Amino acid sequence: MTTTPQLEEQEDAQHPAHSVLVFEDVSIRFDGPPVLENVSFKVGPGETRILLGPAGVGKSVILKLANGLLRPDSGRIFLFGQEITKMPEHKLLGLRTLTGMVFQESALFDSLTVRDNVGYQLMERRLPVEEIDNRVREALRFVELEHTYDMLPASLSGGMRRRVAIARAIIDQPQFLLYDSPTGGLDPVTSTTIDELIIKERDVYKTPALLVTHRLQDAFTMATHRFDQEKGEMAPLPHGTTNPDTTFLVLHEGRLMFDGTTKELVTSQDPFIKEFLA
Amino acid sequence: MPLESPDTLVKRMLFSVQEFTLFCGEAIANLFRAPHYWSDIVTQADLIGVGSVPIVVLTGFFTGGVLALQSAASLAQFGAQAYTGRFVSLSMIRELAPVLTGLMVSGRNAGGMASELGSMQVTEQIDAMRALGTDPMKKLVTPRMLSTVVMLFLLTIVSDTLGTAGGAFVAVFFSAQNGTQYFDTAYQALVYSDIIQGLTKPICFGFIISTIGCFYGMKTTGGTQGVGRSTTQAVVVSSIMIILMDFLLSRIMLWIFPPI
Repeated sequence: MTTTPQLEEQEDAQHPAHSVLVFEDVSIRFDGPPVLENVSFKVGPGETRILLGPAGVGKSVILKLANGLLRPDSGRIFLFGQEITKMPEHKLLGLRTLTGMVFQESALFDSLTVRDNVGYQLMERRLPVEEIDNRVREALRFVELEHTYDMLPASLSGGMRRRVAIARAIIDQPQFLLYDSPTGGLDPVTSTTIDELIIKERDVYKTPALLVTHRLQDAFTMATHRFDQEKGEMAPLPHGTTNPDTTFLVLHEGRLMFDGTTKELVTSQDPFIKEFLA
Repeated sequence: MPLESPDTLVKRMLFSVQEFTLFCGEAIANLFRAPHYWSDIVTQADLIGVGSVPIVVLTGFFTGGVLALQSAASLAQFGAQAYTGRFVSLSMIRELAPVLTGLMVSGRNAGGMASELGSMQVTEQIDAMRALGTDPMKKLVTPRMLSTVVMLFLLTIVSDTLGTAGGAFVAVFFSAQNGTQYFDTAYQALVYSDIIQGLTKPICFGFIISTIGCFYGMKTTGGTQGVGRSTTQAVVVSSIMIILMDFLLSRIMLWIFPPI
């Protein structure tokens, strides 16, 4: 059977090797009912996918599966075109250095200074101290926290810890970013600061990302704003337009019930989505 | 709290033994795999070894002293007070120094390891380490294992020395014995097999303390309450395992080196 060139191109584009992350019918359960059931989605190059859902539905589990920190009970996961479902841990460690992950509670190493936290990956690679120092300062400058260089995480506010966690995730120029509720538990002003950093990373470095959140205002901020490099701040897109590379996934009761654009999300007639967005 | 059925309990225990065995296997295998974290090994050796010196010195010295004190009256009944040095050195070197040093270090360090790693586990720092491409077994567990084995070996030697000295102190100043005679009998009583027994045990005990402490730490769940639980379990289980292993090792050593 022959296929048309257009279909061949589509099939080729959907091949795991061309997507940064692919979930194929992934299911996982802990003690009790399944947390995720037959979840399938992709993150393409340059895409930012925002995963929405109520608290406790399994969004963080998806992030940990994406990075191989958890293994699914069934299904397949591809990261940078390589299947990681059953990949040995020592091979996964190498693959993970290409990703950056921001944890829900920052997960900074509390006995290390900000400098050592942010430069952790570079220290593990035994880079020269001067290079580490310079790159740490550059990463901290990106998140506007250069003054915290010698401080310990315990001395930082929640928002500052989150920004340091972002600096740690981006310092080695990752090819894929995973954000786990980056604005969770923060006040609106600090949340906006974090949103701005994420948008800056998206628009300046074009890094594909999977972002988990249950806060709709942050999700829509990312879809409706861009980073103005001249002014050095976040600016709204023209009214009615959204960032075409920022799309949405909605998780409910372990199943992915929406996968589409911002416009498709806000015009969806699904009762759960309408209630969730209300 | 509902009672577990016997088969569930047995399965859970067997699964734990399996997990622990694989954990220990990986910790040992990492000694031969790069990267090696030498600075972490030295740091842990300082914390575990140097940090435990005061408690080991006190334990050893006063244990030797108590042995001499308690034995003085009994030996005097047989006119055998001159054997105090022999009694103290054999008891200390074969049994008491390794076991008591192991128990002291277990209380201090198994709990410390479990609480430190447990806190890291519940705050996702271990996951963060894995996400940054670092193997937590190589970075956290293997350095602690190696440091504890080496330092407990050295601490036991310190305890042997201080125990013998403590016994000498009591024998000379409390029992009015001759110091030279004490040390002569202490030295002459010892044979090669006593030293091997006394220094093989701390190697096993060090392994037990570090692997149990790290295992409970890395398996911690349930927030701060879980950390407390892991800490307590690590100390209790490692102490019990030290006592059990001491019995086993003593039996094996007596079989390998039968008394003349």
